[in-house]
Amino acid sequence: MRYSIRQQGESRSFPQGDAFLAAAASDGEVVIYLGVPLETDDTKGAILIELGLECLGVHTGERVGEEGSNVLGFARYRNGGDAPTQLVELVRQPNTRPDAIAAARAVFEASGFVVVVASDQAGRIIDRLVRPKYNAALRFLDEGLATSKDMDLTCRLGLGYPDGPIERVERGGLAYHYDVTAALFAVTGFAAYAPARRAMVAKQRDGA
Amino acid sequence: MSKPIATVAVCGAGGTMGAGIAIVAARAGFRTICHDVAIEGLDRTLKQTEGFLTKSVERGKMTGADKDAAMSRLSRTTALDDLGVADLVIEAVFEELSVKRALFKKLNAICPDSTIFASNTSTLSITEIAGGSGRDDRVIGLHFCLPAQMMKLIEVSPGIKTSAATLEAAWLWCEKAGQLPVKTQDKPGFILNALLVPFNNDCIRAVEAGVASPEDIDKAIKTGLGYKMGPLELVDLVGLDTQVRLCEAFYPITLDPRAAAPPLLRRMVAAGLLGRKTGRGFFTYNSGKMFGA
Ligand SMILES: NC(=O)c1ccc[n+]([C@@H]2O[C@H](COP(=O)([O-])OP(=O)(O)OC[C@H]3O[C@@H](n4cnc5c(N)ncnc54)[C@H](O)[C@@H]3O)[C@@H](O)[C@H]2O)c1
Repeated sequence: MRYSIRQQGESRSFPQGDAFLAAAASDGEVVIYLGVPLETDDTKGAILIELGLECLGVHTGERVGEEGSNVLGFARYRNGGDAPTQLVELVRQPNTRPDAIAAARAVFEASGFVVVVASDQAGRIIDRLVRPKYNAALRFLDEGLATSKDMDLTCRLGLGYPDGPIERVERGGLAYHYDVTAALFAVTGFAAYAPARRAMVAKQRDGA
Repeated sequence: MSKPIATVAVCGAGGTMGAGIAIVAARAGFRTICHDVAIEGLDRTLKQTEGFLTKSVERGKMTGADKDAAMSRLSRTTALDDLGVADLVIEAVFEELSVKRALFKKLNAICPDSTIFASNTSTLSITEIAGGSGRDDRVIGLHFCLPAQMMKLIEVSPGIKTSAATLEAAWLWCEKAGQLPVKTQDKPGFILNALLVPFNNDCIRAVEAGVASPEDIDKAIKTGLGYKMGPLELVDLVGLDTQVRLCEAFYPITLDPRAAAPPLLRRMVAAGLLGRKTGRGFFTYNSGKMFGA
């Protein structure tokens, strides 16, 4: 399926030079917005807008749980400053057109991405699930439960993860972890998302 | 300095973890006494051990002579008195504080003062288990991972009164047994379960909140984070009833809302959807199809 891209500035999903950008057509059935304000067009197979920490509804507006069209949100998962993974989280609304979801999926899968579909909730899938864990690990570190090295080793050896929570959140950036958790906390109010002290320190030093 | 550890006793060796721990000890050259209340479990363990070590030989991980030597180091008993010769007793009996405390209390009268008592508990406090043992300073947590005979990690947790000498001796034993010890405080779930149990609950809550299907949640975690197994697949493997039990152990102590059993988990357990063992949990296993909860 042909896709075209409207872009302004750098995209977190597709950094400059990414093959996905190069393979775009000038006029596709699917239009992908990267940093450009959304323009609706019902005649398109799907319109995809890259999301940061915000919900899709910010771009489309919402209607008492009946929202949905051919517009989907998406983000290629990245752990902060790490390179983007092959995972694309597609974001749908309750009445998103099934053919638009299928078209979006087809575009990304044809380029070798793994696609999952999430509803329009804060943090989509991965950040919603892993950020509280990183917060907990950072708190454990403050409380002296174990050293960062031992916590990471435990997750790698005991659970078979490729990396541990501390090395991962450090690598992705503690200030970035602050941004993500602050956004999640603002929406949910759950203490588990309140940015960990170490993330707050990193953010404060960032701004210093 | 404690006496060097030469003889290890494993209580609950007829069970899942005890059987694996006994293999670790015998394989590493320690005389290993397998103890359980029921002889049938010990018979099963011996058979499984023979099978496991035979496979290890076939895979080139050990020689036939090593296997025979390991088997010859294993003995079994249902008489607690036979544990009097042990330098280290590792208990992997039922996860009940009263059972573990009663066991250590009895063993205190049987074993010499130099014997170290270790608990493989996943959820209980080492300090609480040690209390009333008569040797709180020589009790320590040695938390192995399942399957113990394959997983190198041991979380080593001293209780409040555990002596430095006990910690050092237990640590050395782990290394001699070919394991990788990590030190943690005596806190609920140590490192592994303290991170894992709430995370798994969060994944279950995401299913319940309609964030995504179980299949997509697992796919996202595996692709995005590189985990070998998806969290819902893991809960299915561990058993949804076991996940409830873990929550019931942690939540009342920590009052961490993430550790509380999600309502969906309880409903699924009530419906008999316990995971792999009943053929259906978050996924169904006979048809390989997903169960959208
Ligand atoms: N299963 C796991 O994944 C896992 C992982 C790490 C730690 N653990 C911990 O290991 C321990 C055992 O768990 P399991 O899954 O192997 O249980 P299990 O039910 O498979 O085995 C327990 C064994 O203990 C025996 N037993 C009970 N009371 C006894 C007593 N007083 N004296 C001697 N033997 C007795 C039982 O007969 C049984 O054979 C628990 O503390 C558990 O929390 C389990």
